[in-house]
Amino acid sequence: MATRQTQLLARSLLTPAVGLLFIWMIVPLALTLYFSTLHYSLLDPGSESFVGLENFRYFLTDPAFLASLQNTLVLVGSVLALTILLGIPLALLMDQPVIGRNFVRLMVIAPFFVMPTVSALVWKNLLMHPVSGLFAWLAQLVGLTPVDWFNDVPLFAVILIVTWQWLPFATLILLTALQSLDEEQKEAAEMDGASAVSTFIYITLPHLARPITVVILIETIFLLTVFAEIYVTTGGGPGLSTTNIAFLIYSQALIQFDVGSASAGGLVAVVIANIVAFFLVRIVGRNLEA
Amino acid sequence: MARKSTTQQVLVSTIGAWFFGFLIFFPILWMVLASFKTELEAFAIPPSFLFFHWTTENYATVQERSDYFHHALNSVIIAGGSTLIALLIAIPAAWSMAFSPTKRTKDILLWMLSTKMMPPVGVLVPIYLIFKNFGLLDSRIGLVFILCLGNLPIVIWMLFTYFKEIPRDILEAARMDGATIGRELVYVLTPMAIPGLASTMLLNLILAWNEAFWTLNLSTSEAAPLTTFIASYSSPEGLFWAKLSAASTLAIAPILVLGWFSQKQLVRGLTFGAVK
Repeated sequence: MATRQTQLLARSLLTPAVGLLFIWMIVPLALTLYFSTLHYSLLDPGSESFVGLENFRYFLTDPAFLASLQNTLVLVGSVLALTILLGIPLALLMDQPVIGRNFVRLMVIAPFFVMPTVSALVWKNLLMHPVSGLFAWLAQLVGLTPVDWFNDVPLFAVILIVTWQWLPFATLILLTALQSLDEEQKEAAEMDGASAVSTFIYITLPHLARPITVVILIETIFLLTVFAEIYVTTGGGPGLSTTNIAFLIYSQALIQFDVGSASAGGLVAVVIANIVAFFLVRIVGRNLEA
Repeated sequence: MARKSTTQQVLVSTIGAWFFGFLIFFPILWMVLASFKTELEAFAIPPSFLFFHWTTENYATVQERSDYFHHALNSVIIAGGSTLIALLIAIPAAWSMAFSPTKRTKDILLWMLSTKMMPPVGVLVPIYLIFKNFGLLDSRIGLVFILCLGNLPIVIWMLFTYFKEIPRDILEAARMDGATIGRELVYVLTPMAIPGLASTMLLNLILAWNEAFWTLNLSTSEAAPLTTFIASYSSPEGLFWAKLSAASTLAIAPILVLGWFSQKQLVRGLTFGAVK
């Protein structure tokens, strides 16, 4: 019977992918779980011993954890707010009849394709340098004191860079959604005398609800683990002011070589990401039915 | 289709869109300009926008002093290799789920998606130690492997949504005509799947090229791709802005071109088909 053969074949074609992803997910995670219960420092090899939940107690009560949790939330929240609040008007503008729209779209999407280390260093040096950066020159031009971005407002500086990287993504998705909006519906509303504002509030915005949700969830997943931008600009400093959870775990693992504590932190990060993932998987799953 | 707009409206929205588009693009333009300046001019205040002494000397220096092409080659091998292997694993899997779905297909797909949600930092420690023990630190093969696994869920998802769109009637017709699965795959499915395959490959190349967590943590010099190489310019000894700009311009140019071609697929791939 052909169908039975097909099923068998289908299963054998699926197995390598499932198997690999299963190993990729389970083995490191199991090791992280195991390490998190050990006193394990790479600086002090051979001293590994079981300590139960001690690493979690240490990691969660470490003042650095609270600071980095706060920084993570501020970073994720601000970038989300900025990309959505700037992305909506930008997408609306680009949805208007614009001469040379394709070219404008190319310019808007470009930052998304720039590797994180490049965008961070270009912003840090060429734009945000307190003496020779372009922003400093612009500030002087209008008679302001140049801002020393990475000393005075380091977290905000990182937020600006990350926003620049993700604004294209939000705009592009919202624009794609806008372009699928039924023109006739808007036309009908206009004929009924609806103002541009109420057309936006009652027709456009509800239509954007789903893409906005998707943008928020996907950006959150990536923003929770922002790393390179911090690594090349501030190294988490000054002090802990730009250390997020990802960077804190990195520094405990590969700078302080405290494997146990970093593993506990890693699991905390996994739990936080899973809470977000839960919602995303549900939304995408619902879409799969359609 | 479109409502009639007055010339004035078109003018206003055009000027507005171009202004903001230019503003967003400006940092990239500024970097490209700086790459053609001398170090002194790149640093100068007030800055010169176009009327400076144009030079390509930075590009030559970047290659001479730091062997740029070595790192570019690493990027090509790591991004290309991981993409190819991911495709080889993903094509059969996506094909099987799209054309012979079972009750569990949806669960498997969502489970695959959930592996992508795992923050890399959550498994940094074990991966780093495994790499250390097997001598894979700063090796291209190790990075190929990690990036391949990291992007595999996206590749499978994208291919799945593309394969899903291939009309099943055609397959049935081929089957009725007595085509074997092998022939069906080669003569019917492949030609129809090529656009989807191409855009999946493109998006995955971009993601792998720009990946900057594993590459920064697992490579230092020998296997360092461009992400790691550029990061080495962050060291405070010496501000080589023009050279940083030249190296950066070279690093992003190929991917910017690829990226511009794949904008549409980007939306689809990165939203796992939730927005098309």
